[in-house]
Amino acid sequence: MVKALALNVFQVVLLAGLAPLVTGIIKKTKALLQTRRGPGVFQPYLDLYKLLHKESVVSEHTSWIFVVTPYIYLASLLAASLMLPVISTAGLLNFSGDVILIIYLFALGRFFLALAGLDAGSAFGGMASSREMAISAVAEPAAMLPLFAMAVSQGSTNLTAVITGVDKAGQALLSPTIWLAFIAFFIAAIAETGRIPVDNPDTHLELTMIHEGMLLEYSGRPLALLTLGASLKQLLIFTLLANVFFPLGISTGYGLGSLGTALLVYMAKVVLLGLVMAVIETSFAKMRLFKVPDLLLGSFLLSLLGIAAKFVFRG
Amino acid sequence: MFTFSNILFLVTVGLLLLGGLLSVLTFGRPRLSIISGFTSAAAASLAGVALGLSVLIGGQQVNLVLPWALVDNSLSFAVGPLAGFFIIVISVVSLAVSIFSFGYAAEYAGKHNVGLMGLLYNLFILAMICLTASGNSLLFLFFWELMALTSYLLVVFEHGDSRVRQAGFIYVVMTHLGTMFIVLAFLLLYREAGSFNFARYAAVGPGLPVALKTTIFLLVTVGFGTKAGIIPLHIWLPKAHPAAPGNVSALMSGVMLKTAIYGFIKIVFDVLGGGPAWWGVLILVLGVISALLGVMYALMEHDIKRLLAYHSVENIGIILLGLGASLIFLAYGNRALAMLGLAAALFHVFNHAVFKALLFLGAGSVHVATRTRDMEKMGGLLKRMPWTGFFFLIGSISISALPPFNGFVSEYLTFQSLLQLASAHLGPALSVLGPVAGAGLALTGALAAACFVKAFGIQFLAMPRSSNAERAREVAVSMRLGMGLLALICFVAGVMPASVTRLLDPVTRALLGVSTTPALGGYRWLQAAASPGGGPKVAPLALLLVLTIVTFVLYMFNRLYGKGMAVRRTETWNCGTDLAPNMEYTATAFSKPIRIIFKRIFLPQREIETDYVLKPYFTAEIRYRGSIKPVFEDALYRPTTRWFVKLSDKIRLLQSGSIHLYLAYIFVTLVVLLVFAR
Repeated sequence: MVKALALNVFQVVLLAGLAPLVTGIIKKTKALLQTRRGPGVFQPYLDLYKLLHKESVVSEHTSWIFVVTPYIYLASLLAASLMLPVISTAGLLNFSGDVILIIYLFALGRFFLALAGLDAGSAFGGMASSREMAISAVAEPAAMLPLFAMAVSQGSTNLTAVITGVDKAGQALLSPTIWLAFIAFFIAAIAETGRIPVDNPDTHLELTMIHEGMLLEYSGRPLALLTLGASLKQLLIFTLLANVFFPLGISTGYGLGSLGTALLVYMAKVVLLGLVMAVIETSFAKMRLFKVPDLLLGSFLLSLLGIAAKFVFRG
Repeated sequence: MFTFSNILFLVTVGLLLLGGLLSVLTFGRPRLSIISGFTSAAAASLAGVALGLSVLIGGQQVNLVLPWALVDNSLSFAVGPLAGFFIIVISVVSLAVSIFSFGYAAEYAGKHNVGLMGLLYNLFILAMICLTASGNSLLFLFFWELMALTSYLLVVFEHGDSRVRQAGFIYVVMTHLGTMFIVLAFLLLYREAGSFNFARYAAVGPGLPVALKTTIFLLVTVGFGTKAGIIPLHIWLPKAHPAAPGNVSALMSGVMLKTAIYGFIKIVFDVLGGGPAWWGVLILVLGVISALLGVMYALMEHDIKRLLAYHSVENIGIILLGLGASLIFLAYGNRALAMLGLAAALFHVFNHAVFKALLFLGAGSVHVATRTRDMEKMGGLLKRMPWTGFFFLIGSISISALPPFNGFVSEYLTFQSLLQLASAHLGPALSVLGPVAGAGLALTGALAAACFVKAFGIQFLAMPRSSNAERAREVAVSMRLGMGLLALICFVAGVMPASVTRLLDPVTRALLGVSTTPALGGYRWLQAAASPGGGPKVAPLALLLVLTIVTFVLYMFNRLYGKGMAVRRTETWNCGTDLAPNMEYTATAFSKPIRIIFKRIFLPQREIETDYVLKPYFTAEIRYRGSIKPVFEDALYRPTTRWFVKLSDKIRLLQSGSIHLYLAYIFVTLVVLLVFAR
């Protein structure tokens, strides 16, 4: 019991500690692909450190919603990380790690962030909230259907059950359902993590930003919490991509050896995903806002095919 | 005769009658009238909760045959587990609404007859409780009508306004149209059973030929569907709710719609015992359509009560998703999974009753404080009405199905029953339909969240957009208490779902012969399983604990680390100009991206008129008007009414005004009757 809880806590610390690094790696890769030198991969940590030492400027028009939002946003993501199998499927709280719960915990954070965007009364925040909620309305079903496809094929929505099931079957690379669902979820992941071609994480140009627009009124420590939260959410989605579809190498117990191997394999998978994301970001231009639903509709159809593929290919 | 449950039932009914009577007798003294009327209603609701608990937990059913029976035991009351559960739902909501009404009805004192409101209010609750308690279909119809008429009179309570009268007219026409189908279904059953008694209905129901069963099923789907507001029978909802006073909207949307769900479950599950699988598919498809279109139309509204009314359509759709899945499983004989779907639907009945009543009470409070229902004229209310705002936020989170509140629990169970359609190996079509319906539910949930970010954000956050909003003050204590009670229930049912699933146990055992505990888990976790052992789980209590601990740790870190929480308060940066309320994002603007994404559904129309001082450079005035096409009114209702009016014109030829002709009609009718109906 203590061991299982310790494993959960270790996984949370690992995710929270690793999240800025993944963001840094993506940034560095993008810079190199654009033939810039770019900041080092540890820059996001330095940014967080800097923000922690700055005073916070809060608009006088805001209410308590603005104050509590960073806590709720980060807490809901940390709660999601506690229930997710990262390097081992043997955590204490994994029994509650349901894909529906995880997606709705993301939604809880987003709900408050969108409210905070409206709270200061500035049109930028309102515009960003409005766009975020519209995009996420289409992205959420697109993200859930591929996970449902996996859940249905394993007979449970519990992540541990899905991961163990896929791992045991051992034919992940051969099944069309998994591949179609993976591609579908990857597209939805681009929208959920706010990356090009859906949103641009580097911009502060008012008319193009979505996620950054909601943070516009934040500064200092609350901004640090929200920035860490955004990185963590990205890593959580990468973890879902890496573990649900290709659980190769994940440990099933507490053995230090297997945990170590699992950690290395997990990090390799996540860094690989980050590199792929950087390549995609560099090779595409940002889409027009109202083309995004078409992209997500494509993802939706892919996962539908994935579900149907079960009957066509008996996979 | 005088068992505990029977006495509680009589006390509930007696208190409601007494309250109505006292209220109307003292109408000359509004304060006294309000106190007597709503105190009785609150006490009756408490008795109603006790009655429901006594039926469900005590296991003692109400069985009351009044001695002055006319035809065929027509005055018999029978409260089984299903009725007991619905009586709890009705009573819990009416308790909170009655407490709220002390302060709210005082707003009407002097302007309208509050004594009349007290009478109608008590009779309305009486009708709802008695109709669920009816032991036969005649009595059911009597109270169904009483409910329709009292609610109609409450809708047109502010009858000085012609729009209110028109809304009331549409409501009363639609509800009677629905009643017609229900009467037909009941008469068909009477022909087979030879009695109006529900128990006799249930005895013959399952053995009926499939064609007859299907006819009855379709009739009750349309009949009860009209009252529940499933699309396309929903058009009265967004008209009637804004017209009615706030406390009445809360009751109508929170619980009156649920009596239709009660009637549907009673006939389809209890009497007919389920049917072919396509029934379930039909209900499922109707559910997806109602849920999606309901939430989409809600997003386009900026009248807060119309918005909430459309959300009722959405939530009835979600309830139908659970019921549909349950009917499919029942058709395949998988009663354990049918229980999951039914429990999900009934849990959502409870949840929607609580959070929708809460939101309508919130809207009523805001209306009292600002004298407007237009969200574009609000803003900044959270600072002026902190309690109302907090309770409205809880309602918004609950209806958006976010953990750890109650809406999440029932939607989770609904998701699981839809996914089980795919996992249970019922064939390829259903295996695809289940997850797709699940994705439809996910889209509904996400759109509902968008809608409530708008509803809460525009009303309560940022700066006031009108002087009315600026002058708003917090409402009376009794109103806050009523909302607080419902908000508390949202929270408790969210973190301890077992408190509701335990109540559902006798219901599912009576209808399907399957127990909810331990299949749905206990206090530590919620489980969605066909068998007690496995199945996916979530632990709302542990989640709450984790969220609290993590938030506390983050907060302490922020306080103690480094310089602590240095905060400078200053105005919002606005590109160097002063921020004014008309620069804030509006509700219409907020929903614009969604209006564009789903433009094939909304068919938005807009007109822009520009007046120039000097064309084309200097504009004097730009007028913008945007609307969405009312598809159902244009394509379905208007042609039907036009056709109906034409037909009526033709029939009027018969009415020439000549008494001789009328006598001839009577004679001919008599001859025809003598020939054919000897």
